[in-house]
Amino acid sequence: MKRRHAWLSSAVLVLALVADGRASADSAQIVIGSKAFTESVILGEMAAHLARAAGHGAQHQRQLGGTRVLWSALLAGEIDIYPEYTGTLRQEILVNEGLRNDSALNAALAARGLRMSMALGFNNTYAIGVKARLAKQLGLRTISDLRQHPQLVLGFGSEFMERADGWPGLRQRYLLPQQNVRGLDHDLAYRGIEAGTLHVTDLYATDAEIAYYDLQALEDDLSYFPVYDAVMLYRADLEQRAPKVVAMLSQLAGKIDAAAMARMNARVKLDHEPESTVAAALVKQTLGLDVSARSESAWQRFWRHTAEHLALVAVSLSAAIAIAIPLGIVAVRQPRLGQLILAGAGIVQTIPSLALFVFLIPLLGIGGPPAVVALFLYSLLPIVRNTHAGLCDIPAPIRESAEALGLPRGARLRLIELPLSARTILAGIKTSAVINVGTATLAALIGAGGYGQPILTGIRLDDTALILQGAVPAAALALLAQGLFGLAERRLVPRGLRITSTSAR
Amino acid sequence: MLELIDVAKHYGTTPALSPARLTIAGGRTTVLIGPSGCGKSTLLRLIAGLVEADQGTIRVDGEVLTPVNINNMRHRMGYVIQEGGLFPHLTVQRNVDLMARYLGWSATRIEARTAELAELVQLQPSLLRRFPAELSGGQRQRVSLMRALMLDPELLLLDEPLGALDPIIRYELQQELRAIFARLTKTVVMVTHDIAEAAFFGHTLVLMRDGRIIQQGSVRDLARSPAEPFVEQFINAQREPARQLGEALS
Repeated sequence: MKRRHAWLSSAVLVLALVADGRASADSAQIVIGSKAFTESVILGEMAAHLARAAGHGAQHQRQLGGTRVLWSALLAGEIDIYPEYTGTLRQEILVNEGLRNDSALNAALAARGLRMSMALGFNNTYAIGVKARLAKQLGLRTISDLRQHPQLVLGFGSEFMERADGWPGLRQRYLLPQQNVRGLDHDLAYRGIEAGTLHVTDLYATDAEIAYYDLQALEDDLSYFPVYDAVMLYRADLEQRAPKVVAMLSQLAGKIDAAAMARMNARVKLDHEPESTVAAALVKQTLGLDVSARSESAWQRFWRHTAEHLALVAVSLSAAIAIAIPLGIVAVRQPRLGQLILAGAGIVQTIPSLALFVFLIPLLGIGGPPAVVALFLYSLLPIVRNTHAGLCDIPAPIRESAEALGLPRGARLRLIELPLSARTILAGIKTSAVINVGTATLAALIGAGGYGQPILTGIRLDDTALILQGAVPAAALALLAQGLFGLAERRLVPRGLRITSTSAR
Repeated sequence: MLELIDVAKHYGTTPALSPARLTIAGGRTTVLIGPSGCGKSTLLRLIAGLVEADQGTIRVDGEVLTPVNINNMRHRMGYVIQEGGLFPHLTVQRNVDLMARYLGWSATRIEARTAELAELVQLQPSLLRRFPAELSGGQRQRVSLMRALMLDPELLLLDEPLGALDPIIRYELQQELRAIFARLTKTVVMVTHDIAEAAFFGHTLVLMRDGRIIQQGSVRDLARSPAEPFVEQFINAQREPARQLGEALS
């Protein structure tokens, strides 16, 4: 009994230590977040340059997985600044408050301890785009014109598909008849358009791809789309902690027009310039500040991602092993409780990872801790199930022989039952390790880094080489983990179990 | 030595053992016999504490078996089952001395006792380093007996110990086993369904049917004054093949 408690409490301690790591960030350090698209990353880089120019340490959590993640992180104080759009704030995040104008919006933000900078100068509203050639062919000029062509295939970014101010509202306002409507990653939508499998998609007014893919934005003749002025959203306490940074942010007001933003987007997405360089150039041009673009070499980046990924996997997997094996043992001894344990671990497995991440942000912030907890939860099921199966599969005569010898229960478990189920338990751990390594690539969505980072960037920049820089090492790591536990199997599975029955006489 | 007072056991609603009274004398071999499902194994498993009785008490040397003292009482019993029940992940040596090590016996004491037992059951000492999968069926049963005898228990419980062996090895082991029992003068309770084996080993036979004890006595008593027609039927059913074999050979 004591032994089991010791196991549990040490695992909890490990998790607590990891969770505590984030609290040590000092107040001079400014954390900037950005969404998972290029424009947001450039604006985030820009804010990071300004913070450094003002003499602060700056950390940029780039391409976090969606508005909800950033908003929760900002409220929780996990990040200090992130680029946002007034339309998103009014129509999406604070939609229940019915904010009519920017001053109402400012008041609503102030009530939450947040501030919004003056508009940066461009309105990155949604637009509806089609191939210019198709537009000409069908005579499409306005969104209303789409009503005449119900056969068109529509593909929208997942966020546009879901949000109240996206597709559902658009369909209602324009009474669009199209039935074939898909939600997919925004960057994949462009490829669909190019390949001809999609005809209509949502665009942002500053998208680099408009020219690249030869698209035409249809006129919003019923003024459906709200204004999406780009602003910097920041925590009110920044005014005390970093007044110079706040002053610099306000100096950016009106300095970036849609054309300038589209050009910067194109430099990053099409010319493959680093965001940091592009942002530094703009800071120099608009504020006359000389900031140096920071860049890591490809190897530095690779090692950082490797270290991050390994840390995520090692901590979450060891905690899962430490907890799941005792849970499996309990499940065998208390069959009713066991049903609950197995059902619980099964249900956890069905929660989509991004949903779990977002759920954990208010509790654990962004970055490593929520990622570790989520990975830990996903790793439980295979180990619990295999421990349970391994122990249940021990033949009754062997179990009873141990009992008839007069060995107490704990000794039977340690000397007989666990060694006999070692192989099954290790198989469960191997499965968990592979799932864990794979799922850890999604941790980049909440700023935990790892091999998911180049994958996300690669998808965003439509850069297959970059995607492979994350995908290949992740696959190699999964194989490596499996190999290591294969070696462990040789040590842990008793030799007597690896002998196939021979007849000695 | 061993007393069962009104002991009964049900599995669900089917009675495995109706309330039974049985006294087993010390230093002798008692054989529980009867057709499959008669409750003879259940009776043995009740004594070893592997199943818990619904009612009644079991006394070993005057001491009542309880869930609290069962592990200590088990140290005073040796238990051997049909397939040996050896732990496949442990060597023969570790199988035999597992409990003694757990109780903290010294290495010299373990070594001496193992050697003594190996000699008793005629197991080559070189086999001690092997794993159960590397032994023949007969060797496994010898090892299983060593394991049961390691702590020098007063009571030896055997559940069809020779049931899984081929006839020649079975015959050999029967001879050896009887010699061992005679030498050790322990209380032995053995389960079998083979009347010839029962007659060969048992000072006393306990014939069972449908969870009840039908008759208790020497094989001669059972044959001469059967308590029920079933007793005669059971003995004759197994006597007939032997008679036919004798006829064919003459």
